[in-house]
Amino acid sequence: MTQTGPRRLRNSALDDDSQPQPQPQPSSSTTGMRLIVPLQGIVQGRGGLILGSVIPCAMFYFLQFYLKRRRSPPASNPPSPGNLTDLSRSASRSNLLLPRGRPHVSSRVSSIAKANDSPYYIGLDKATSDPYDRLCNPGGVVQLGLAENRLTLDLIENWITNNLNESILGGGLSVSGIVTYQPHDGMPELKLAMAGLMSQVVGKTVTFNPSQIVLTSGATPAIEILCFALADQGNTFLIPAPYYPGFDRDMKWRTGVELIPVHCRSSDNFTLSIPVLEQAFNQARKRGQKVKGILLSNPSNPVGNLMTRETLLSLLDFAREKNIHIISDEIFSGSTFGDEEFVSMAEIIDSEDADKDRVHIVYGLSKDLSLPGFRVGVIYSYNENVLTVARKMTRFSSVSAPTQRLVTSMLSDTTFIKSYTERNRERLRTMYDLFVDGLKELGIGCTKSSGGLYCWCDMSGLIRPYNEKGELDLWDKLLNVGKINITPGSSCHCIEPGWFRCCFTTLDENDIPVVMERIRLVVEACKSPA
Amino acid sequence: MKQHLQNPTKNPPPTTTSGSTGVVTDMRVIVPLQGVVQGGGGGLILGSIIPCALFYFFQLYLKSKNRSGDDSAAPPPPQLPEIEPPGGGLQRVQSVRSIWSPRGSNSQVSSRASFVIKQVDNPYYVGLEKSCLDCYDEVCNPGGIIQLGFDENKLSLDVVQDWLMAHTKCSIVCQDLQMNGITAYHPFDGLSELKMAVAGFMSQVMEGRVLFDPSQMNLTSGVSPAIEMLVFCLADLGNAFLVPSPYSPELTFEVKHTTFQLHDDMESLDRDIKWRTGVEIIPVPCRSSDNFSLSTASLNRAYNQAKKRGLKVQGVIVSNPSNPVGNLLTRETLYNLLDFATEKNIHVIANETLVGPIDDKNQEFVSMAEIINSEEYDRKRVHIVYGLSKDISLPGFKVGVVYSFNQTVLQASKKLMRFSSVSSLSQRLLVSMFNDSRFVREFIKINRERVERMSDLFVGGLKELGIKCMKSSRGSYCWADMSGFIRPYSEKGELELWEKLLNVAKINATPGSCCHCIEPGWFRFCFASLTEKQVPLVMERIREVL
Repeated sequence: MTQTGPRRLRNSALDDDSQPQPQPQPSSSTTGMRLIVPLQGIVQGRGGLILGSVIPCAMFYFLQFYLKRRRSPPASNPPSPGNLTDLSRSASRSNLLLPRGRPHVSSRVSSIAKANDSPYYIGLDKATSDPYDRLCNPGGVVQLGLAENRLTLDLIENWITNNLNESILGGGLSVSGIVTYQPHDGMPELKLAMAGLMSQVVGKTVTFNPSQIVLTSGATPAIEILCFALADQGNTFLIPAPYYPGFDRDMKWRTGVELIPVHCRSSDNFTLSIPVLEQAFNQARKRGQKVKGILLSNPSNPVGNLMTRETLLSLLDFAREKNIHIISDEIFSGSTFGDEEFVSMAEIIDSEDADKDRVHIVYGLSKDLSLPGFRVGVIYSYNENVLTVARKMTRFSSVSAPTQRLVTSMLSDTTFIKSYTERNRERLRTMYDLFVDGLKELGIGCTKSSGGLYCWCDMSGLIRPYNEKGELDLWDKLLNVGKINITPGSSCHCIEPGWFRCCFTTLDENDIPVVMERIRLVVEACKSPA
Repeated sequence: MKQHLQNPTKNPPPTTTSGSTGVVTDMRVIVPLQGVVQGGGGGLILGSIIPCALFYFFQLYLKSKNRSGDDSAAPPPPQLPEIEPPGGGLQRVQSVRSIWSPRGSNSQVSSRASFVIKQVDNPYYVGLEKSCLDCYDEVCNPGGIIQLGFDENKLSLDVVQDWLMAHTKCSIVCQDLQMNGITAYHPFDGLSELKMAVAGFMSQVMEGRVLFDPSQMNLTSGVSPAIEMLVFCLADLGNAFLVPSPYSPELTFEVKHTTFQLHDDMESLDRDIKWRTGVEIIPVPCRSSDNFSLSTASLNRAYNQAKKRGLKVQGVIVSNPSNPVGNLLTRETLYNLLDFATEKNIHVIANETLVGPIDDKNQEFVSMAEIINSEEYDRKRVHIVYGLSKDISLPGFKVGVVYSFNQTVLQASKKLMRFSSVSSLSQRLLVSMFNDSRFVREFIKINRERVERMSDLFVGGLKELGIKCMKSSRGSYCWADMSGFIRPYSEKGELELWEKLLNVAKINATPGSCCHCIEPGWFRFCFASLTEKQVPLVMERIREVL
């Protein structure tokens, strides 16, 4: 009795994982002996031995079983119990087939579908649903959370009004050019014009090669495609923080890539230092994460500062040493207004003769030409493999043909572009000065910024307690009491509380006093109880 | 004692060695154990260690066995790429900096990227690429390749052109909307005006039998991203979709792109890197004997097969009219499909092309939306994709619609639209085009007439050559049976004929094997990019090859 008991137990434990050991059939008697003899010995020996063998075996078996079950179906709610296969069906099809339980969507999607929880998106939604208008809705929310340039809309408007028909339909090209199949990655004419614009924006210090350009429907898919091409699921990218809140969605949602913030501090004026980068890299390594690259934004979003030539060079060295990629998001490169010189990664890499294939640049027309609605983004890469992948992926995010036509002729009009860029810079400068001075009067300081459509201001003196909660309290007050939507630093993963990003380019000069007045009210309310 | 203690852990494989060396192994097993038993004390400890060790090695053994078992059961493995460092032999210059880099200079792309790069070999893409490079032109390049592989309707371009000439400026500039309206940020999921207009258009096409709700729509930059997004929303890694085959050659990329992953199995001994495509396509073979129509029996069979392989089926993807065959799904088929989906509790993605009501008495276009409206099915499982730009033959506009009854899917896809939103300029143009309902009606009428005429011409031409086509209700392509001309009667013969057509006759058609057709010898010809004058030329070229 005791003889067969443990034996069966052991065997069944083994059996259950499909084929256990290969029991050589022909010599069955020997195998029998092999098993029985030791067991007999065990039985005749101490009871402890039996127990000692059976218990861990059983435990192990159940552990394995448990792990198996957990691993195999990758989550998604267990299917509803109603198994309808054996339900007899009558002729009336509709009523008997009452749905037992809802059809399941993928588990990945539930996190995406759930309501916005980041203040960045909550604010944007609120400002969109109740937008401020001087005449129609003076009590609405002023949108300072969206980096959109409305300062130069009149110039664009003029140009489009004058050139619309010719640019879309004219030029001797028939309509078949605009409505028929185009390569998904953009028309060659537009790539050529885009290369011209990009080189003009950086001051003609670099020439861009049109064949290294892939056009996408906005910079958002451009970043996602690069991320997809460079990293596998579970890999990571280093990213200097504070960073643009949208990166969390662009980089992580569908690609399964993680972002590791490399924290920059106000004491360094939020500039990136290599030792901190190195530290973050090593920590990630220690955790077993594979770092595939660095994602930069230059001019930085949300701080607005530029990267110096030295920083870029040492970044490149760093990337080389670690054998990782660099994605440089230069979407604001034409919106610089300071005295500092903007240096593109392309310029740095141009002066080097090797190792270009680890650098990828993202550009777009949404900011510099204030055409966000047109959804035109650019991937500029030196890596042929990345370009090949990107071209294929643009099937999912291609630019509409009429838009390409219009943009092509707009960009080819170099006199327009030249005067546009100049005036855009002037207006940005004026607006920036006005806005920052206004804040200064309220006692709010800003970091010195030279590019971008925003300023990065320090309200840490106004928050209580001095932590993320205090920051969000202030943000909430500004949004609901002051009716102003700005982006809190915590949404940008800033390590210090109390910083906010204010985009000033959605405003009219005349609106500035209104905005300042609204901020003042909240600021005073914050100060008074103290 | 110490010796015994070490022995079993050192030599666990005796259990797995074969019986030929029986005596020795037996001894090895028995002796240590006996020793242990007779040794007395410490039995409990040893008793725990031995089975644990045995078990551990078993697990290892089973793992490696399972692994190979998986492989053989897996469907045609998606061309496992040997991941080789891209950019192979990059010549490096000895600069101070480059000496630093520790291992090889070239920065590798991700493994899934190399998967994408290697995926080209499909004849469908080869043909497209080749004919793009050497495109036929009556005047400039009369020896070029005639493109019959790409589904694009150029028959009614002139109508569109006239409209655009007259209305472009107005639709964009002379509205009371400011410029703001077209250049500024707009909701990623599409302008509400366009959604309204599209809903109106679709209801009009359905002759008012269905009312479409604009709030259940999301606009994407084309059909591909629409399907991709739905697949992403509905299926997890390792799930599967049933797709009636033959199906569009582009579907594979659409279904698999966001979901294929590298699976690095840490436990495996050889540390081999194994590809798992995240979402599988299970073809549901349809045959010429049934006119390639879909039957519940074959759906059930495919479903059960998938289940047997351990795959969780999340839905069915159908296209109506079917691409490449061109036939319509009947009302009965749609009912059966929904019954099947309800029974298995899975989703249905219907890729529909609306070309308006047809006059043909024995065939009628039935939209999934109509069925779901009239019957008590769970609407949450139905998702419809429309290729707007295709319906009014504006392929370059690239506008697709996701129409779903499932709030979760709508919410999620709305947010995912950030990756494939449509330019506001094109949206504005479409808004005013759709709102001009007289134009739309006229366009649909003219377009249908022309497609029909072209279809008659083309199919008639093929008939003269002895090639029969499936009776296609409409659509700008036909599905031709050339099985009489292939030798051997297999995929190989089919591809040989395809190659001859491409290289000798200079005609790019899509072979059935690209569409995963189970029977060899079928080809898809997209004729709507031709002019009537070119048809005789095409026929002449085909004749030469045959």
